[in-house]
Amino acid sequence: MAKRKPLDDSPDWTFDLLKQYQTEIARVAEHYRLDTYPNQIEVIAAEQMMDAYASVGMPIGYNHWTFGKKFIQTEQTYKRGRMGLAYEIVINSDPCIAYLMEENTMTMQALVMAHACYGHNSFFKGNYLFKSWTDASSIIDYLLFAKNYIAECENKYGISEVESTLDACHALMNHGVDRYKRPQKISLDEELKRQKDREEYLQSQVNSLWRTLPAAQAQEAVNKTTFPSEPQENILYFIEKNAPLLKPWQREIVRVVRKISQYFYPQKQTQVMNEGWACFWHYTILNHLYDEGLVTDKFMMEFLHSHTSVVAQPEYNSPYYSGINPYALGFNMFIDIRRICEHPTEEDKQWFPEIAGSNWLDTVHFAMENFKDESFISQFLSPKLMRDFKLFHIHDDESNNYVEIGAIHNEQGYKKLRTTLSNQYNLSNLEANIQIIDTNINGDRALTLRHTPHKGVPLADSKSEVLKHLHYLWQFDVKLVQANKSGEDDVIARCPDIEPQEQL
Amino acid sequence: MTNFIDRRLNSKNKSTVNRQRFLRRYKSQIKKSVSDAINKRGVTDVDSGESIVIPKKDLSEPIFHTGKGGVQDRIHPGNDQFSTGDRIPRPPQSQGQGGGPGEASDSGEGEDDFIFSISKDEYLNLLFEDLELPNLEKNQLDKLIEYKTVRAGFCAEGVPANIDIVKSLQGSIARRIAMTSDKRRRLKECQHKLEQLNNDTHEHVKEKRELSEEISQLKQKIAKVPFIDTFDLRFRNYTRQPVPTSKAVMFCLMDVSGSMDQATKDIAKRFYILLYLFLTRTYKTIDVIYIRHHTQAKEVDEQEFFYSQETGGTIASSALELMIKVVEERYSSSNWNIYGAQASDGDNWADDSPYCRKLLADKILPKTRYFSYIEITQRAHQTLWQQYQQLEKDNPHFAMRHIKTVDDIYPVFRDLFHKNTQEIKTTG
Repeated sequence: MAKRKPLDDSPDWTFDLLKQYQTEIARVAEHYRLDTYPNQIEVIAAEQMMDAYASVGMPIGYNHWTFGKKFIQTEQTYKRGRMGLAYEIVINSDPCIAYLMEENTMTMQALVMAHACYGHNSFFKGNYLFKSWTDASSIIDYLLFAKNYIAECENKYGISEVESTLDACHALMNHGVDRYKRPQKISLDEELKRQKDREEYLQSQVNSLWRTLPAAQAQEAVNKTTFPSEPQENILYFIEKNAPLLKPWQREIVRVVRKISQYFYPQKQTQVMNEGWACFWHYTILNHLYDEGLVTDKFMMEFLHSHTSVVAQPEYNSPYYSGINPYALGFNMFIDIRRICEHPTEEDKQWFPEIAGSNWLDTVHFAMENFKDESFISQFLSPKLMRDFKLFHIHDDESNNYVEIGAIHNEQGYKKLRTTLSNQYNLSNLEANIQIIDTNINGDRALTLRHTPHKGVPLADSKSEVLKHLHYLWQFDVKLVQANKSGEDDVIARCPDIEPQEQL
Repeated sequence: MTNFIDRRLNSKNKSTVNRQRFLRRYKSQIKKSVSDAINKRGVTDVDSGESIVIPKKDLSEPIFHTGKGGVQDRIHPGNDQFSTGDRIPRPPQSQGQGGGPGEASDSGEGEDDFIFSISKDEYLNLLFEDLELPNLEKNQLDKLIEYKTVRAGFCAEGVPANIDIVKSLQGSIARRIAMTSDKRRRLKECQHKLEQLNNDTHEHVKEKRELSEEISQLKQKIAKVPFIDTFDLRFRNYTRQPVPTSKAVMFCLMDVSGSMDQATKDIAKRFYILLYLFLTRTYKTIDVIYIRHHTQAKEVDEQEFFYSQETGGTIASSALELMIKVVEERYSSSNWNIYGAQASDGDNWADDSPYCRKLLADKILPKTRYFSYIEITQRAHQTLWQQYQQLEKDNPHFAMRHIKTVDDIYPVFRDLFHKNTQEIKTTG
């Protein structure tokens, strides 16, 4: 293709230059069929980046001490030079907001734009999890609603009350996610309109559930029924709908936390894919620009330096090792998919008959749109990549005094490695499986939860602290049980932390 | 479609509210840390903030998460020595070569305390929350006034030294534009006409001459407008503005007779530190005068004040006399806010105590904003305490407290300066 006059590669960026690079990147992105939300690129200073960190990437956050703590921590580590700040933060919204740091050089800004504004952005728009679980167009409205609502509650009911409620909700945030239902889309206006109705309706429901007027005749039969009729894993949802003594505004706060948790849920499940996809595209787009002669050698050297340090994977015995780097794994998998499509080997044809030799662009788009980390790895991790990474599997059984190498990167081990790695990204294995199994609605209103361990991995000690928070919301006895070896339920934590009196 | 937005000038303190919330939540821990830190400081070291240490366990936000144990299957990269079926002894604790990497780093950091800095202002605010200088309000307005010269715009008259050149020249330009504008307009017209005539094929000798003449006349007229006129001159204007004085002097009086041991003096020192810090919240400059006494009083520096040992009897009035003398010589009470803090173990020569009371009542208390007396002793009170007690009733800006141990310092201090608007109203 015809070489064009290179863009200015001086280190200092200007808004004009940003626009020039942006235009070129957008052109190439379109060439590769990247479908994105409109971009809103905001240039911010380091301190603002720390603010963004502290609010865990929410552009508008309600006020709470935990964000203050995060800010102080970030500030401390940053000021002592222990940590560099991320070059960018990108928010799954429509328009897609990306923050660029003022300190970045022009090369870095270009990298970041390709990475965030076209990589992550197209992922947010295209991946099935984001499509079905989040609504990019309403999130900013919702966060604004949440912030104002919580501020209003603080005015009405005092900062401390609101703070305790939020603390309790945060403790259960990971258990406030619907895994099998599509949340509804609502705008700020509608949200406000409905909130009032919801408040009244919920309270009336709760009241009838906990009616103390005796329904004497059916007493015996009722004792047998359990509520909920099926175990509930969305603890916050259950609390919001059924906690007997919560005030209407507290239910709304539970709902806010639940919604935000739900919004972040897809991000947790697609870390490898999302980062891999973004890295793959900044790499591909900038190389494309280089082939066109639009960027200089100097630009490429700086870009490659940053790129390689981002996607580096330290080995298990390196002092820098802290698990598998999602950037490295994701990036290499997408590169590998392209390789399998363009230059398949005999091994690839055997392992990936359906994609070997196909159109690579179609295939990576297909992979991006229809998978999450777990399924992506079990579908696309190739033997070649396992050899490149020299992966090995460690089986650590508590009952043995040794750990065992379960599989390594050889013919016998590939499938085992792939399955295990895929499971390693399965959130339902990683997060504690805790479900509400009973509320004693005809008796002391005690709430019972059951923990079902995965492969015998126990709950950490924090469980009793969490139960205190749950007790704050439920306001009656709360206990957590776990089946023992003989299949009976043992109580492993309760709140209040005293043995109940002899049952009569 | 892409928008660029420059947010760099937006407020940088989005997290300030959250930081305040954090301080609010951990106030009790932070306060403890602050009052612990007071003991490590010098009297006049107030420029620094303070590092706050909070045990990490107090800060944790618990969630349900899985612990250690059970069966864990992990994939790691970089195999250099293992084959399928290899068994590796479980590494002791989490310090593993080949065993369980990833866990070692987690548990290494877990136990750290959470340390962060608060600014000087936050430090002082926490230290002196709810405290207030008594009688500050009412005296400040009627008596302790200083004048400060402040800029107050511009005026048309003044001394040459105050000429504001930029303003004056702006005036000059404006005047010149105003006075020459119609002439310039005319000049332009003439020049334009002349040019047209010059380009014309016909010769207009007469018109040209007339025009040239008019042009030169106009130019002369324009040139005659003076470059600068007295009318243009602007002078910087100053006025005197009354401001409450920001100077304070703090007198530390201490008994250093044989009965005062180092522990007692350390207690006193802490009291002085607190007082000094407290005053810095209100005043810009503070002089500290150290007066120590046994039978005679002497003005000394901080080091000598706290750490030199003397023996002998005790005449407290000597210190008060010296204080009066110093005030008269150096600190006129119209310019200085005077504070006194006397520390003693209560020993005094019995006949001297009434005289002390008289000195305080007649000469010191009228001039001072506040005078506090602390008695550091385990024993019963003696004459000085009894005499001073008489003063306490009539003088709201005199306070006395009894301190037994180090732990009393902070509570007593808070007690002394506690915001008590009720009392001030009734006595004032």
